[in-house]
Amino acid sequence: MAEIRSLRDAVAELVHSGDTVAMEGFTHLIPFAAAHEVIRQGVTDLTLVRMTPDVIYDQLIGMGAARKLVFSWGGNPGVGSLHRFRDAVENGWPRPLELDEHSHAGMANRYVAGASRLPFAVLRGYRGSDLPSRSETISTVVCPFTGEELAAVAAINPDVTVIHAQRADREGNVQLWGLVGVQKEAALAASRVLVTVEEIVDDLTPAPGAVVLPSWAVDAVAVAPNGAHPSYAAGYTVRDNDFYQAWDAISRDRDTFLGWMRETVLAAS
Amino acid sequence: MTWTPDELMTVNAARALAGARTCFVGIGLPSAAANLARRTIEPGLVLIYESGTLGSKPSRLPLSIGDGELADTADAVVSVPEIFNYWLQAGRIDVGFLGAAQVDRYANVNTTVIDRGPGRPEGRLPGAGGAPEIAASCGKVFLVLRHSTRNLVGTLDFVTTVGHGDGPGSRERLGLPGAGPVAVITDLGIMRPDPVTAELTLTDVHPGVSPEQAVAATGWPLAVAADLRVTDQPTEAELTALRRLT
Repeated sequence: MAEIRSLRDAVAELVHSGDTVAMEGFTHLIPFAAAHEVIRQGVTDLTLVRMTPDVIYDQLIGMGAARKLVFSWGGNPGVGSLHRFRDAVENGWPRPLELDEHSHAGMANRYVAGASRLPFAVLRGYRGSDLPSRSETISTVVCPFTGEELAAVAAINPDVTVIHAQRADREGNVQLWGLVGVQKEAALAASRVLVTVEEIVDDLTPAPGAVVLPSWAVDAVAVAPNGAHPSYAAGYTVRDNDFYQAWDAISRDRDTFLGWMRETVLAAS
Repeated sequence: MTWTPDELMTVNAARALAGARTCFVGIGLPSAAANLARRTIEPGLVLIYESGTLGSKPSRLPLSIGDGELADTADAVVSVPEIFNYWLQAGRIDVGFLGAAQVDRYANVNTTVIDRGPGRPEGRLPGAGGAPEIAASCGKVFLVLRHSTRNLVGTLDFVTTVGHGDGPGSRERLGLPGAGPVAVITDLGIMRPDPVTAELTLTDVHPGVSPEQAVAATGWPLAVAADLRVTDQPTEAELTALRRLT
């Protein structure tokens, strides 16, 4: 059963240095508050998994928390490059970053396999692409029924998955809606699950298209109002597109970035 | 009215969607073109974004593929595994519309790394995103990017997404179900694969652009079609709709 904890306690208990961590949310419901707590607690040597590293992983990478990144699209959506990600890959700053790179379809299926506790997933993908030449988690498999050769991608089973949701009830049942991305799969693929929520409510009123993660599939729920900012939680907040644009200048220069992180993230409690 | 080269590119990219029913939309230039098409030539066009929205009808151009309005205005919102497996891979989508960093003569696409020469680290691009499977599985594909020798290159540094591979028959050999790229729309004109060689050939230039300009801005000896056309000038309605979007 999920325990309702403070974010500080939940991160301290569930996220450890050296872990494989997935913080998912496809543009929507990105768990920024939890990532900032991970940075404040000095958790490091992480293998970070995320389809779209986004600003959240740019921050973790720039602070030296990651040794490896597993991903499929590493840009600032609609704006341009993720400068901290690029600096780590191109120049090894602040430390080298190993990559395992996929397509979105491949990553989505890796989570599906992980949630299903299967060793791999099949898809029609990567045909003719150079991507398999750089990844040990892309291979092929022959269909035993038709003889067709298909792409095989290794399952992802994170040590811990962290997601943000709109709300939970007092039992720790979690409800999220809007763009639900790959969060259900990422959560069910993981050994441990931490969910931050906008609020705790008495009753989870049904919402159209909502995903419910029952309390017994979650380890901890922590209240973090506006915890997805600059991403958003549909029905509660809107995406702060101005911040995503401002991030380009903040993150371009190492010192400007470090100063911003010190003032905005490290100084917060 | 006057217009910019980027507006010419987007207007022509939107026109390419005439007759399409469903379009898997990449962010940036493709999204501008697809949203303009909904306001001009193809009002019923179903916009599909990889964030899981089917039938988005945004009132303004979204910054990201996951802006709230895309979900709020959609006919259906599905998970990311569902959008790629049930909708894209299953062959339900007519057109894929993609941007690109580098494109070669067979309309293959690199969005992964740039080779910056010996002793220098590779330049990092965002990566594949949905593109390899969008280009594989949509009925056909349009590419839109600015025309320069930097973007249109003789040899790709990395093949992220296959267009026509190494020429005729490549897609069949690889087992790629869709027709692949049928047009590359730039700020100078339109290139289409030659029906015999599959090599991109300049078939259209925009008003005021010479074929020599397009050839000079291409990183391989660009063939020019014998019946080279000039694209229609953007109409006032097209430009007004485009400027309202952005």
